[in-house]
Amino acid sequence: MSYRQARYDEPLIFELLGGNDFCPVCDDKVRIPEEMVRQDLCLPDIPEREVVRHYINLSQMNFGVDNGMYPLGSCTMKYNPKYADLLSSLSTVTSVHPYQDEESVQGALQLMRDLEKALCIISGMDAVTLQPAAGAHGEFTGMLIAKAYHAANNQQRDEVIVPDSAHGTNPASAAMAGFTVIEVPSGPDGCIDLEAVKAALSERTAAVMVTNPNTLGLFEKDIADLARLVHSYGALLYYDGANLNAIMGITTPGAMHFDIVHFNLHKTFATPHGGGGPGAGPVGVRMYLEPYLPVPRIISEDGKYRFDYDRKESIGKVRSLYGNFGVLVRAYAYILEQGGDGLKDVSQRAVLNSNYLKSRVVPTYEMPFAQLRKHEFVISAKKLAKEKGVHATDIAKGLLDKGFMTPTIYFPSLVEEALMIEPTETESKETLDRYAQALIDIASADPEQLRTAPHNTAISRVDEVYAAKELILSWRIYQRKKGPGSP
Amino acid sequence: MVLDRRMLEALGIDDVDQLFSDVPDEVRIDGLPLPTGKSEMEVIIKVRDMLAQNTTVEQVPSFLGGGIYNHFIPSAVKAIAGRSEFLTSYTPYQAEISQGMLQALFEYQSMMSELTAMDVVNSSNYDGATALGEAATMCHRISPKSAFMVPSAMNWEKRSVLKNYIDGVGMSVIEYCYDPYTGGMDMDDVRSKMTSDVCGIYAEVPNLFGIIDPNVTKLKKEFPEVPLVVGVNPLSLALVRPPGEYGADIVIGEGQPLGISMSFGGPLLGIFACRSEHVRKMPGRLIGMTKDHDGRRAFCMTLQTREQHIRRSKATSNICSNEALMAVTASAYLGIVGAKGLRSLARLNMKNAKLLMDRLDPLDGFMAPMFDGAHFNEFVVRTPLHPVKLNKLLLRHGIIGGMPMHTHVPRMTEHMLMTATELTTMKDIDKLVIALQEVTQ
Repeated sequence: MSYRQARYDEPLIFELLGGNDFCPVCDDKVRIPEEMVRQDLCLPDIPEREVVRHYINLSQMNFGVDNGMYPLGSCTMKYNPKYADLLSSLSTVTSVHPYQDEESVQGALQLMRDLEKALCIISGMDAVTLQPAAGAHGEFTGMLIAKAYHAANNQQRDEVIVPDSAHGTNPASAAMAGFTVIEVPSGPDGCIDLEAVKAALSERTAAVMVTNPNTLGLFEKDIADLARLVHSYGALLYYDGANLNAIMGITTPGAMHFDIVHFNLHKTFATPHGGGGPGAGPVGVRMYLEPYLPVPRIISEDGKYRFDYDRKESIGKVRSLYGNFGVLVRAYAYILEQGGDGLKDVSQRAVLNSNYLKSRVVPTYEMPFAQLRKHEFVISAKKLAKEKGVHATDIAKGLLDKGFMTPTIYFPSLVEEALMIEPTETESKETLDRYAQALIDIASADPEQLRTAPHNTAISRVDEVYAAKELILSWRIYQRKKGPGSP
Repeated sequence: MVLDRRMLEALGIDDVDQLFSDVPDEVRIDGLPLPTGKSEMEVIIKVRDMLAQNTTVEQVPSFLGGGIYNHFIPSAVKAIAGRSEFLTSYTPYQAEISQGMLQALFEYQSMMSELTAMDVVNSSNYDGATALGEAATMCHRISPKSAFMVPSAMNWEKRSVLKNYIDGVGMSVIEYCYDPYTGGMDMDDVRSKMTSDVCGIYAEVPNLFGIIDPNVTKLKKEFPEVPLVVGVNPLSLALVRPPGEYGADIVIGEGQPLGISMSFGGPLLGIFACRSEHVRKMPGRLIGMTKDHDGRRAFCMTLQTREQHIRRSKATSNICSNEALMAVTASAYLGIVGAKGLRSLARLNMKNAKLLMDRLDPLDGFMAPMFDGAHFNEFVVRTPLHPVKLNKLLLRHGIIGGMPMHTHVPRMTEHMLMTATELTTMKDIDKLVIALQEVTQ
């Protein structure tokens, strides 16, 4: 199947012309201190119709899961069911103010409490907070909890250990919480090297952050030993939930002896990612860490739900209000629809799809480390790069030309020319076959054609160097810099 | 759903469990003890019925604000933000196939830069409170000192979030007082607390009391070396002088008033802007204008070397997922209302707040406003009953009252923040006045 994306020379909204037709108009005088009065405001004044056409044209130059397969590794871009959109757009969601009296928001509180309980079951944890706005925000919350826990036990622990295969957010979140980050190399099998972790552990270790399955798609087989080791040093074991889609109903972070977990509702629980967000990153903990969770907690008494702010050991708040409620509604509906049986089925199908697709593209592409994968796998374009000068980027751009989103590329860094593929459970065998064929065709395609790809997208290959050099980050800057040869 | 046998056969296995042979028995569980799955129809009915227990501001008048506002959202905004090409896409790492989102985000950055009169705006933080936290640590990167000055009268949630964000870099907070008459900053208190250890000062316009405080324009003049962070309500900037014109280094704010539903407090939109000279110290994603290899205008993510996926523990922030769709929503909103519409809406907000104020002040036991500064769309009113109790009584009359102040400013035990927007009608105000007369008798 050939692919061609819309290619409009859509002007910037500032460059559109026409009169503003928005009502109402109000010219009444209002009281503003003289030195605080605004003189001019440069925003476009154009008719609604033109604004709508502008954005519809832009949307047609964008690619989402609803356009086609989106196997970005570690991002779990599965199909987003439409009933979830419908429910999150009900006025009983959108038109509720967060500071309303608890009596008037019982439905919202019940939904959040029920979602907390479901996430406890899915993760094997004892308590969950829904407050964090994203996965990395959940990690940060988890690190603050670890810090509070050790401080309450009069322990001076200022180090966090992460494997070199971890997502970049792990070390960044730990550092933001004030920890010194120690990265340990993976073992020769791509899994955590227990000896390396042991060498890094000490009475200064606050936590060890682990993703399981890891970013190579490998299940950390020594996880129980690792947990015992980490706990023997009095440190906590943190579970990065980015890859939870692989294990639901098979194991839980709780069964693997993790102490803190974050979930990415926009990955595992099918809430759409909106071009970068909103997501939601709830955090689950064991009972002994529950006192440190952010406020408020939701409690039910006599059939009524209420917020509890009176929690002395709580870390306080990590954002305003209670979480990305619109996202929570979607995830709750998804969990209801799937049920316990359905979620296990999701993981089984995700892992089957991944292993099937892997079997189709290996050995055309090399795959370092063991063969059995969970929900994602990482192949390498090292051979193609060496023999034909075709790099992971070129393969990615070639896939775009065939109407597919690319894998995650150049990550994890322990694989050269990495292509990290996560098909998710929502793709059919037919689609996986087409994707596999696209990758196979690219391996034997004209290298020159690939190095100049893509050709069928809204623009040809983008000049990132120019962007970083010129730093045209707004219309305001563009107006100043504009000259002959400007875009 | 039944597994596709064809794939199992291709892999030469007959049971999918063989693909999980690497999961040790020791950590295995036997399924999830959740109810079994439901049909779409059952799910919609169940969730809809559960949510129907909520009272909405469409059903009853509301006078709540305090950071989240009930504004009118033009229908076209929802139509645009609901486009599934935007909704179901990921972060635009692959620029060539994601030009729509990239250009929409560039336009968001551009419109927000016009509103704030700042050069650079990132493509979103989670909300206003986390944007404040990130602004404080960015001040520390600009000026590596340890104290950050904030108003004592600030939403307590922001204070709590700020503390969590600055603890990690060993910063602390110094609070300056408000003037008990104007409700603005007490400049003498600011001067007396300013030390060489201060790496940034934060002020809000409008502030917690809804006041447009002209003192904020003095800060950069008096303390030119201290990075200035200003928190804004973006709607007010239609009429109020933008922080870029009085020397702000960083501007943050809650973008929810720009066409984003309240949704019980999320998703929201953290606005984060700064001066060009600080751009490399800034958190969050940036979209830049560039060219493609054929010389056509194009957009891509830029300065990614600040970010966690490249810089890891040395990144300017851990932020990855942000609120991109909310940023697109805000720019669609600004596109539809335009400069003229935004100014009209801001005037309507101020006008309605003044009407509300004038009706509450004469009531027995009430005093509105508490402060004599100029107000935007909300103000503090003194109430004859404890505000929490008053709100419960009002709710029985089918009215959602204002925000009690004591959780934010402990000594304000008989004070409530009352808010009006363009959606507040004379009928709503009449109903409130009658109910207040009844419940306070």
